[in-house]
Order: sequence, then structure tokens, then C-alpha cells
Amino acid sequence: MTPTFAGQLINLLAALLLLIAFAMLSQRRVLSLIYLFAWQGFVLVLSTTLVAYSTGQHHLYYSAALTLILKVFALPWILHRLIIRLNIKWDVETLINIPTTMLLGIVLVIFAFNLALPISQLASTVTKNTLGIAMACVLLAFLMMITRRKAVPQVIGFLAIENGLFFAATSATYGMPMVVEFGVALDVLVGTFIFGIFFFQIRETFDSLDIHHLEKLKED
Amino acid sequence: MDSLSAIAANVQPLHFVLGVMVAWLILGGLGLVAQHSLDFVGHGLFPASAVASLVLAGAGLAALGAPSQAMILALGLPDLPFHVRLDALSAFFLVLLGGASAGISIYSAGYFRQGEGTPPGVHCVLYQVFLAAMAAVIIADDAYMFMVAWETMALSSYFLVTSNHKIPAIRSAGFLYLLLAHIGAIGILLCFGIMQGGHGDYTFATMRAAPLTEFWASAAFLLALFGFGAKAGVLPMHAWLPEAHPAAPTPVSALMSGVMLKTAIYGLLRVTFDLLQIQLPWWGVLALVLGLMTALFGVMFAAVQTDMKRLLAYSSIENIGIILAGFGLTLIFHTYNAGPLAALALAATLYHCINHAFFKSLLFLVTGTVLHSTNTRSLGKLGGLIRHMPWVAWLGLIGTIAIAGLPPLNGFVSEWLLLQAFLATPGLPSSYLSMLVPVGAAAFVLAAALAGYVMVKFYGVIFLGQPREEKLARAHDATWLERIGLVWLAAGCVVLGVVPVFVLGQLDHVNAMLTGHLLGQQVGGAGWLFVSAMAPERASYSPLLFLLGVLAALGATFALVRKLYHGRMRRGPAWDCGFPLQTARMQDTAEGFGQPIKQIFEPVFRIDRHMPSPFDELPRYEGKAEDKLWYALYLPVARAVEWISASISILQSGRIHIYLLYSFVTLLVLLIFVR
Repeated sequence: MTPTFAGQLINLLAALLLLIAFAMLSQRRVLSLIYLFAWQGFVLVLSTTLVAYSTGQHHLYYSAALTLILKVFALPWILHRLIIRLNIKWDVETLINIPTTMLLGIVLVIFAFNLALPISQLASTVTKNTLGIAMACVLLAFLMMITRRKAVPQVIGFLAIENGLFFAATSATYGMPMVVEFGVALDVLVGTFIFGIFFFQIRETFDSLDIHHLEKLKED
Repeated sequence: MDSLSAIAANVQPLHFVLGVMVAWLILGGLGLVAQHSLDFVGHGLFPASAVASLVLAGAGLAALGAPSQAMILALGLPDLPFHVRLDALSAFFLVLLGGASAGISIYSAGYFRQGEGTPPGVHCVLYQVFLAAMAAVIIADDAYMFMVAWETMALSSYFLVTSNHKIPAIRSAGFLYLLLAHIGAIGILLCFGIMQGGHGDYTFATMRAAPLTEFWASAAFLLALFGFGAKAGVLPMHAWLPEAHPAAPTPVSALMSGVMLKTAIYGLLRVTFDLLQIQLPWWGVLALVLGLMTALFGVMFAAVQTDMKRLLAYSSIENIGIILAGFGLTLIFHTYNAGPLAALALAATLYHCINHAFFKSLLFLVTGTVLHSTNTRSLGKLGGLIRHMPWVAWLGLIGTIAIAGLPPLNGFVSEWLLLQAFLATPGLPSSYLSMLVPVGAAAFVLAAALAGYVMVKFYGVIFLGQPREEKLARAHDATWLERIGLVWLAAGCVVLGVVPVFVLGQLDHVNAMLTGHLLGQQVGGAGWLFVSAMAPERASYSPLLFLLGVLAALGATFALVRKLYHGRMRRGPAWDCGFPLQTARMQDTAEGFGQPIKQIFEPVFRIDRHMPSPFDELPRYEGKAEDKLWYALYLPVARAVEWISASISILQSGRIHIYLLYSFVTLLVLLIFVR
């Protein structure tokens, strides 16, 4: 595989990542959101493996395996169980309507590309063009967190931010040191557990998972 | 045996000081064991604490003449141990702390009663921690330990002030105290931050060596003046004093006013003369002006108070003002290289510190006993107590004479020395100062005279005349433990007043350390009996001869009156001035005493009068003299803070999306910046 071909493949995967990010932004159903999240993780695994193969960075294989276990199987499974236990059948309610969100998303992508341009010109890695996409993924996931009313999609948004950061790390610097990656992976796992516990607590207190109710906690 | 004596020979005063601090903490811990046992806490722990105080005073006295010793404690954070150092300045303030707190602790042993606020055991813990923290402030040799001790002192005293926390007024007084203490602490912290000069090493040894430019040295001094001034109650950070002192239990008021305010003076001296390498003349002028303003402000407000503890609190402000003025004078002399004068002013300042510790503690404790036996702090409901509480009244008289600055007691000596220092100023090279200082001297004398006026009011209204209320006839005298405390403090006032040459000799060690000059022969030139400020031929004073003279005159008069008038005294209806009925309520009141001051210095006060109309069924007169600064400075600041926080609290919408949006926008803005 020539470096240019590998580079093009990675660009393709990056584009897929962005596409999935937009799909998540526009998705109304919680269950589909989880599947999309798993798919995003899978694309991430593919791209990481590809970077590892084309550059000969062996530790990236471990990262890819870790991502596969954690983000493609473990986390979606936990979230899936969670929404079944919580019996969330309803559609996702958004604060801003979907088309507006999408337009905002496009603005963010342009912003991210603008931002990444001077940095990626400095970089010498094969994956330098993907930095903008990674940044866009982070911002889009953040936007999703802001515009969702229920707690579960917000957690998914949070996890998607982590995906974007991970992609930025692999694309810009061929991954973080293994220790850091392990740490981050563990944090994400623990974070998800904690969120799960919170969901139950929130529902028990307010009889709903709508975080709108948390406004009552404000001190007047 | 040999090893034991070797250890004994190696024991230094510093070890005693640390031992006393540990003993205090252990006594505090024991208080927790039997929280509600008044007998154990009162008759066991507090007397033991008083003994520890005496040991501390002894160790301080021993260390005054000795070379300074330093130690590194195995406490604090890893790689950041506590440094302690005992030099002449620390030793002097330890003597002050030990001497005053010995009396206050033994008084506390008899003071606390069941069922008043915090249980006695908890009170004991806070009290002992407070004492230990003050000692730690004084011996700290790095900014880290200093700040830890300083904040411990502030917090423990806050909890002591609010020990009767069920009363809302006491809670708000405590809050005001805590607030100003913390604002001051920020100033001190920043001051240390400047003085370490970018080394990142916060030991005082580094600060002494760090060269600072004039600008940064001035900034450090101003921050220190602000921070320590907030603790000492210097204008305009005085607002907590008249609120917190009446709110606190009496021994705590005594400890705070008598000793804690002095730790601020200690800090100011330590920073200015020891840690900073250069001093500028204008610092001294600033301190002098501020001190005199504080003194006049305090004494004027003291004159119009009707609550006896508030009166004493304002009087503390006045005394702190005098001390600060002395400090300013020392700085001026020191920067103009007038060494002997600087030593004189510093000695007078320190002398006044320890005097104030003794007489103000004594007077606060006197009000505590009066409060316990009459249940009122209002001067308008007291009177004639000398007949029912002779012990308290006579010991209180000693404190009153001392604080009024009358010979032969201690208040006179320090004020006289300070005045001598003022009068020596025309020798300075700066013509501006030569114009300013006489005005300052006049202001100082006015404050001292008004203090006498205030004390006549204080003593006269409480103890003399006729009882204004029926129930005062049932007032009981102090308990025997309280009497011991009062006698100790009164004896301190007398001894400090009668042997000034000895006291000044001890203070010379501090002079040598801070100004590099000794008073030496200058004060004792005319022998041990006479103390002179500059030279014996200029002015000298012998308290002992004065005391003997006063006693002789008093005794002779008493004997003559008894002999000549004995048996010729008769009681009959007094000339009634046309009044058919005279009652105790027709005596001059506390308000009446304050009236001339209120009239003369009217612009200083914000006076709120309520006059009865001729047709009132129940005529009522009310006149309140309030602090203008409270309205001109504190309330606007408080309102501004409130407004700002209300504007900021709009941010707190309670909606997670909005919070996320904040992070998001911040992120975007930062990204744009990075670009």
C-alpha cells in the first residue's frame, strides 16, 4: 500500500467519521444514536489500524484493539442495557429544530477547518489533513450535548467528544502514549458508569430523565 | 544523670515555647473528653492553661536577652516544613501573650456558667487552639506557617465570637469579623508574595535577603498595612471591632482586644523592620496620620457609647491608633537616621502594646463580671456597683486609671514616652515633617485627654453614684477564681507602671534588633528610680516616688478626715434644688456624659435623634450616634458586591444546556485566540 493510497483511505474514513457525527446530530431516536456511536467507534478503529499499518507504529494496534473493545462493544452495550432498564422508548427531543442544528453544524465545520489549516500545514504526518475533521467532530458532539434535552443523548455526546479527540490524537501525532490512552479509556468507562447511576437517581427524584427538571436545584 | 543534665542544659526557651503550645493543644483535646463537665473544664483545664501561659511568659522573658534561635519542625507539607524562630521581637510578644493570657485564663476558669451557648468543653478547645495559634503566629519563620497560624487564629476566634450563635446579631457580627479578617489575610498573603521576590521560597530568611525595588517594597508595605490593619482595627477597617467584641463571651473579648490585636502590630513590625530591607519616610508619615485619625475616631466614638463593651471596643481602636502612630514615628526617625529617637519611639510603641494588653483585658473582664451579676451591658441601667462589688470596683479602678493615662500606672509611662518622642521631632531635616508632627502631637494629646474623659464616664456610670435599677442591689461580687485573674492583671498594670527602667531595659533588646540603637543610658541616666526620655536634665519621671507621694497624701487625708470629722457626720435631706423628689434615675447618664462630645464633634457622627412630642403618652428620647464610614464606605461596597453578584447570578440559569453553551463558547473563543 503506497503512502498516498493510505492517506486517501484515511481521508475517506475521516469523511465517514464526520458524516456519522452529522448523522448523530440529526438523529431523533436514542437507540439509533447508540448504533451510530458504535459505528463511529468502528470507523475510528479502522482508521487507527490503517495509520498503524501505514506508518509502522505498533502501539497504535493496541489502541485500536482497546477502542474496538470499549467503544464498539462495551460502551454501546452498557448504554443499550441502560435505556432498556430505564425504559426509554421515546424519541429524542431537541431544543433547537434539526435543520437549524445542521446549519449550525456546517458553520462549526467551516470554523474547525479554518482553525486547523495553519496547524496542518506545519504538520508532516500522512494524516495531516484530518485534523480539521477531528476538531469538527469534537465541536459537533459538543453541539449535540447542548441541543439535547434528555440525559442519555448528552452522555453519548460526551463520549463522541472523546472519539473526536482520539481521532485528533492519532491523526496529528500518531496517537498518545499508551499510558495516557489507557487512562482515558478507563476514565470514559468509569464516567459512563457514573452517568448510569446518575440516570437512576435523576429518574427517582424527578420521575423523568428530562434534565429540564434539574433547574429546580438552582438556588434563588 | 549526666545525660539528663546535658539535656537540661540544652533546653532552650524555644523548646519551652513549643512545649507550651503542645500543652495548650492537649488541654484543648482534654476539653473534648468531658464536654459538659464544668468542674473539670473550669477548675482543671483553664487553670492549667494559665500555668502554661506563665511558662510562656517566662520563656519569652528568658529569650529577650538571648541570641535568636531557629528550628525546623517536622510538621507541614512534605518538602515544605514549618520554620520557627525566636528572636527578641517574638520574645517580647510572647511575654505579652503569656502575661495577659495567664490572667484571662484563670478568670475564665471561674467565668463560664452552665447553659450559655457552646458547651464548656468545646469552648475550651477553641480557646486553647486560639492561644496556640497566636503563639504560632509569633514564632513562625516562614510565610506558610505564618498564614496557617494566622488563619487558625482567625477561625478559632470566629467560633469563639459566635459561641452564642442562636442570637442573630451575634451571627452577623461574627460574619463581619470573619469577612474583614479574610480580606486582611488576602493583603498579607499578597505582601508575602511580593517579598519572596520570585524565588518561590517562602521562608523569612529568603525574604530578608531578597532585594526589592522601592516600588515593590512600598507595595509590600501598603499591603501589610492593609492586611494587618484589618486585623488591628485601623481606620477604615475598624468596623468589625465594635460589633465582635460585645458579641463575644467576655474572656474572649479580652483575649481578642488585649492580645490578638497585638499580633497584627507584631506582623507589621516584623514585615516593615525585619523582612523589608529598605524603609521609606513616607510610609512613616502615612502610618502616623492613619494612626492619629484612628485614635481620634476611636476615642470620640467611645465617648458616645452606651454599651460598656462597645465603649471598650472603641477604646481599643483608639489605643491601636496610638500604637500605630508610635510605629509611624519610629519609621520616620529610622528613615532619617535618628537612631536614638527611633529607639525611643519604638520602645514607647511596644510599651503601649503590653500596657494595653494588661489594662484592656482587665477592663473587659470587669465588664464580664458586671454583666454576669446584672445581666445588662447598657450603662443606663447600671450605677453604684462599688457598694455591691467592691473587688471588681477597686480592681477596675486600677485599670481605669491606667487606661486614662494617669500616673503612676503603666498607661502614663508609655504615653509620656511617646509624647517625648513627638516633642523631639523638630530636629528632623524635613521641614514638612517639622510642620506636620506638632499637629500630630496635638492630636495625640487630644486623644489621650479624651480617653481620660471616656474612662471617667465608664467608671463613674457603672460603679459610682446610685444604682439606677432596683435589681442592682442583688449584684454579687466576682468569684475567687475571677478575682485571681483580675488581681493578676491589675498587678501587671501597677508593676509595669512602677518599674519603667526595668521594662525599658528589656525592650532595648528589641530596639537593638529592629533599629540598631539602644536606649541604654538615655532612659536610666538618673538612676533606677527615675526614667528619662532623652536626657535626665530635659525631663524625667519617677513613678515610684509619685506612687508613694499619692499614697501618703491619700493616707494623711483619710486619717485627718477620720480624726477631725469622726462623729460629726450626719445624714439629712439634701438640698433638693427645688425638686420635691430626687431619684437615682436623675443622675447624669452615659448619654449625658457623651453629649458635649456629640456637640463638639458633630460632623464626625451620623446622629439619629428621636424627640418626644409634648403630647406623647409615653415620652421616649432616643439618640443614636452612628459611624459615617459605615454608610459612606461599607454599605456602598456591600451594595456593589451584591449588585455584581446578582448580575453574575444571571449566568446561573440552572439549565445544563446553557452551562454547556458557556463551555462551548469559551472553547470557541479560546480556539480563535490560539489561532
